Amino acid sequence: MQAQHATNTRPNRKSQSKETQTRVLKSATFSLTLVILFLYLLPFLFSVVGSLKSKEQASDPNSPILPAVLQTFVYQGEKLDLYRVPLEEGDRDLALLKRGRNQSSFVDPVAPDKAPVVWKGAWRTLSPAYRVAPQWQNYPRAFQFISFMRLLGYTLMYASITTFAAVSSAAVVAYGFARFQFPFKNTIFILLVATIILPPQVTSIPTFAMFYKLGWIGTWLPLIIPQFFANAYNVFLLRQYFLTIPRESEESAKIDGAGPVRIFFSIVLPQAVPALIAVGLFHFFFAWNDFFGPLVYLSGNESANPLSLGLFRFNGLYSSENQLVQAASIMTMVLPLTIFFFAQRFFIQGVVATGVDK
Amino acid sequence: MSVPKPATSSTLSANKIRPRRSLAKTEAIYGLSCVALWLVGFLIFYLVPMIASFVFTLFNFTLTEPDKASFIGLANWKRLLFEDPLIWPSLGVTFKFALISLPIGMFAALFVAILLNSKHLIARDFFRTLFYAPTMVPAVAGLLIWKGYLDPTTGWLNRIIEFIFRFDASGAQGVQWLNNENLVYIAYTMMGIWGIGNAILYYMASLQSVPTDLYEAASIDGAGWFRQLWSITLPMISPVIFYNLVLSVIGLMQFFITPYILNGGSGYPNGSTYFYMIHFYKQAFGFLNMGYGATIAWFMFLIALVITLVLFGSSKRWVYYAAGDR
Repeated sequence: MQAQHATNTRPNRKSQSKETQTRVLKSATFSLTLVILFLYLLPFLFSVVGSLKSKEQASDPNSPILPAVLQTFVYQGEKLDLYRVPLEEGDRDLALLKRGRNQSSFVDPVAPDKAPVVWKGAWRTLSPAYRVAPQWQNYPRAFQFISFMRLLGYTLMYASITTFAAVSSAAVVAYGFARFQFPFKNTIFILLVATIILPPQVTSIPTFAMFYKLGWIGTWLPLIIPQFFANAYNVFLLRQYFLTIPRESEESAKIDGAGPVRIFFSIVLPQAVPALIAVGLFHFFFAWNDFFGPLVYLSGNESANPLSLGLFRFNGLYSSENQLVQAASIMTMVLPLTIFFFAQRFFIQGVVATGVDK
Repeated sequence: MSVPKPATSSTLSANKIRPRRSLAKTEAIYGLSCVALWLVGFLIFYLVPMIASFVFTLFNFTLTEPDKASFIGLANWKRLLFEDPLIWPSLGVTFKFALISLPIGMFAALFVAILLNSKHLIARDFFRTLFYAPTMVPAVAGLLIWKGYLDPTTGWLNRIIEFIFRFDASGAQGVQWLNNENLVYIAYTMMGIWGIGNAILYYMASLQSVPTDLYEAASIDGAGWFRQLWSITLPMISPVIFYNLVLSVIGLMQFFITPYILNGGSGYPNGSTYFYMIHFYKQAFGFLNMGYGATIAWFMFLIALVITLVLFGSSKRWVYYAAGDR
């Protein structure tokens, strides 16, 4: 009411109050989003902080949140623990010299030559004094214990070979669907899409039996070879993209005598680079993440495990050392997250394209 | 599904010199040889295994003793439906978890997407990237991070609860996220929320495609924010809600990695995480019991098929497809 009344007298007021309102809405939305994002990403922070703790601190529920170590002080050749002592002039971190039930004496590490301070009270009620100290050596230790280089090597090998296989095979098949007429084309395309819905468990058992017969269990072959035969998702995405590419240049190339193979390599593929990158990224992340496939085929051959399986095993072996588990977890996600942050434009567009086109 | 365009007419006219039939033939040869790659893969990795898998359900077949394989008719199916004491409880666990996690996950994704799509939000791309980032975290790493985060004594969640609500949530007597038969579903749901990135992106894209004049007309008619959300936004994006729903249901039927990584498929605590897929994995790849494993897989396939069909049937009642939209 008031605002309306003001409008009548001074037309400027309305736009001003609206501006304030927008500003308030803007900062409220921003703060709300920021708070939700913070809570959403808090486990990340926990992991980073946890990966820098000492083994003692990682299992001590009463220790501080940040990575810290108990402070000690060497007094006359003896290592003393530091405690936070509430004195009259305020809390001070003092080294416990003589323990007593009702009173204890402490040395001040800043001035050890002074006479010991006597504090009345049970020393057990005091909290130990910590000093912030990130344990960076957790990373080299986890790196070594998990045999990171070997796991990384296999993961990179698997991810890069199958990314190449998946993208190139899907591009060829998608080109066939997007540019040529042939008998049963629609039926074949429907079959292709139907394989997306089929749960992989149904085919997994005979496939496993087949690879078992071939003697491939414990090798990477069962995970690599099928990727050379085009995955339905990728074909679908690339076909949609190829259909949007205008054909004028293809037709003029055809008049100049270029065959379908040359047109594919020199005209279609160069124009489809964003879609090819998106499909490549999808597959790369899938391969990096893949757990079920390696679990089924490579469980028995620990020396050829990828990161996902290696990390799972590592957690089993070092479950009492959470700081190492957290450090190893962070190490496995560095590469995919880095790639994502640099290539997110292509990636996010690709996700949207698959989702919205169905 | 969109039908491929019959767009070859221009191609034909460009090559009028050559006879028409041979051209169509060459084209078919090129097309088929491209698609042949997929057809071979389909034959080896889909069609034959699917038939074989069904044949396996009629056999008692352990992979390590192929000579002892014998035809047993419907005995595997009888075992599955009436004798196996773990089938129905594991299906129950799977459905119970789906009923808890599905609405929470769907709502969370939609909520974040609406927030990120707000015209009042600045730095939208920055937020979108960071909300998507957890989806990029490899599953094993993400689960181990959450396992630490939810630890009753040393994790942070209980400390936060303690700080906000001022009760002893932490410590040995604290909230046992992964050790309590019911809370474990909430814990798994929280872990699952780190994977909603794709759903958020789908929602965001569809929210942007809602015509703005609908909102303008509604606000002239005096419709508030919530009314606009309910009467315009939700119906307009219902196809994407439906798509996410179907994807989530299929994903939840195959829920496996989380319980397997967190407790090795033991079902701890007290069988409450013994999901259907855990049972399948143990039978098929643990005991290499190919016949019975295939039966478990086929049963799941049938259930998933029925649920998907029911969802598609129900979609006519609540999914809005704008006229002319395919």
